[in-house]
Amino acid sequence: MTTTPTARVTPYFRTVQLLQQYGVLVALALLILFGALRYEGFLTSYNVFTVLGYNSMFGLIALGMTFVIMTGGIDLSVGSVAAFASVVAALLSPYGLWPALLGAVAAATLLGLINGLVIAYLNILPFIATLAMLLAARGLALMLANNESVSADFDHGFTAFGQGTLGGLPFTAIVLFVAFALGMVVLRLTRFGRHVLAIGGNEEASQLMGLPVRRTLVWVYVLSGALAGLAGVILASQFGAGQPTEGLGWELTAIAAVVVGGTLLTGGSGSVGSTLVGVLLLGIIFNILNFENGRGTISLSAYWQSVIRGAFLLIVVILQNRLTRNRQG
Amino acid sequence: MSGPETLTPPVMARSRRPRRQSSALLGPLLALAALFLFNALFTPNFLSAQTLNVNLTQVATIVIVAVGMTLVMATGGIDLSVGALMAISGALAPMLFLHPPLGSPGLGLTLAFVLPVLAAGAFGLFNGMLVTRFNLQPFIATLVLFIAGRGIAQVVTNGQLQTFSEPAFQYIGLGRPLGIPFQVILMVLVVALFAWIMRRTVFGRQVLAVGGNEAAARLAGVPVGRVKLAVYGLSGLLAGVAGLIVIAINASSDANQVGLNMELDAIAAAAVGGTALTGGRATIVGTLLGALIIQLIRYTLLARGVPEAVALVVKAVIILVAVYIQRQRR
Repeated sequence: MTTTPTARVTPYFRTVQLLQQYGVLVALALLILFGALRYEGFLTSYNVFTVLGYNSMFGLIALGMTFVIMTGGIDLSVGSVAAFASVVAALLSPYGLWPALLGAVAAATLLGLINGLVIAYLNILPFIATLAMLLAARGLALMLANNESVSADFDHGFTAFGQGTLGGLPFTAIVLFVAFALGMVVLRLTRFGRHVLAIGGNEEASQLMGLPVRRTLVWVYVLSGALAGLAGVILASQFGAGQPTEGLGWELTAIAAVVVGGTLLTGGSGSVGSTLVGVLLLGIIFNILNFENGRGTISLSAYWQSVIRGAFLLIVVILQNRLTRNRQG
Repeated sequence: MSGPETLTPPVMARSRRPRRQSSALLGPLLALAALFLFNALFTPNFLSAQTLNVNLTQVATIVIVAVGMTLVMATGGIDLSVGALMAISGALAPMLFLHPPLGSPGLGLTLAFVLPVLAAGAFGLFNGMLVTRFNLQPFIATLVLFIAGRGIAQVVTNGQLQTFSEPAFQYIGLGRPLGIPFQVILMVLVVALFAWIMRRTVFGRQVLAVGGNEAAARLAGVPVGRVKLAVYGLSGLLAGVAGLIVIAINASSDANQVGLNMELDAIAAAAVGGTALTGGRATIVGTLLGALIIQLIRYTLLARGVPEAVALVVKAVIILVAVYIQRQRR
């Protein structure tokens, strides 16, 4: 069961891989088709941009999480790091957009660096190290903000970042797509990307082959921290305030999106594009629920959303699991 | 529980395990003693029954949940759903005694103690089934109820706060037989029972065997699936009990708040107490000590006027240091 003869597996493996990668894509396409046929206004730019704008924060965090998970790690701290960055951004917003943006991302990157150093050089499990950072970043955010939300400056272009458009497209959607495009290039075409996959596949072997395992691990958490910081800036900019108590449970939403996209939590494989599909899939399910509520055919309270999200995650992971088990014979 | 006797040679188990456990407890014990001494010397009114009660009352629910978490972690798993299960149990109980079935208050009250805990246990079994039957990773399997569980509690109560005054029910949160808070007695009983189970019963050894090397345990005839199912079920039951205590103390049940972040506290307590996240090593008494250490640090900082926000950062550093020291020893 554990050793699979390659000759027999190859055709299976390819079908399964295709199903895993494109199954989610097909599901997304079907959902969009369903929405477009059923609801007026589903495919209007207003609705599309609302979905993209709102999900850009989860998307950025999920992108960083994809790299972390591909090394076989996990980053539980992203939600509170984003909250921390949103406070830093709001505090710096009177100096203009760029200082706020760069300052907040730099601060979040520093926290990611600490995660990476603790994991790579103190050999503490990613789960525990980033759990500690989850607490610490929340504490730092509350300290900086004096336990309340910090209003952002509206006069120096900061809030335009989260709410503005460029050529008709919302800034946040552009940031999201550019980040994912870069992520794809980095994973598929750079040495760093290959190292990430190799470490997740077999850390010991990677070490023996002379790959810079520790350095790669540090970079992965730095990347995750930086992207969480960017999400925090969007948060502050969209809400017009730094929110030290926001971001609760974001890490698990991001992990869910990565898993729905088909990246295995054990590391070593995965794709950046699938994560984007996972994020959009989860986002569109809610969008459709909102439309259904609007039509009055059902009246599900907001409380149903998390139940449905959980049920959906369950269905997807069980289906994925069935597929992987077929592969193993 | 009918594992073959050949699993762990009793002689080996006797001679090795107790010593290893006591050495693992030494660090947390010393840390706790140091904290206690520091407070006794520098914190005014620390050595009073009231301070002791406050600390023990605040830590009781965490310990009860963390004991279940320790079992799950001992099998190499994790249970992210405990906080959500507390919310479910906490949401169900008031419904039973506020609207007693068959119009009988006595029946409603009795059921309020039993049904919510059983419901949480059933959800725990559901987690276990996802892990064993569907082969999902524990993190993902319990993530499902982490996301959906609180939603279920909110749907059941329509998101509304249930307030009540029901002394007989609230006894589990407010009662003080012989001056000792009732939930502290419950905590001690739970710790004693599970410490005994882990050390002296076949089931306890099977739990460690599954976490130590699942394939080997399976070959040795350990019913791996049933053991895993049981630990997630027990974790759910204990979370259910903790949910009842929390709402009894508050005299209200808020599905949005009950058990929030409890999974993190429980995991941290177990990790600081010396239970390995990778499985195969667990100490219930260590978990108790871990929870007490975290609680006492928090109390110390707050008593000295350090803001809660700073206390969070310190807590993070303590967790890292404790886990780092334990890694060194292994």
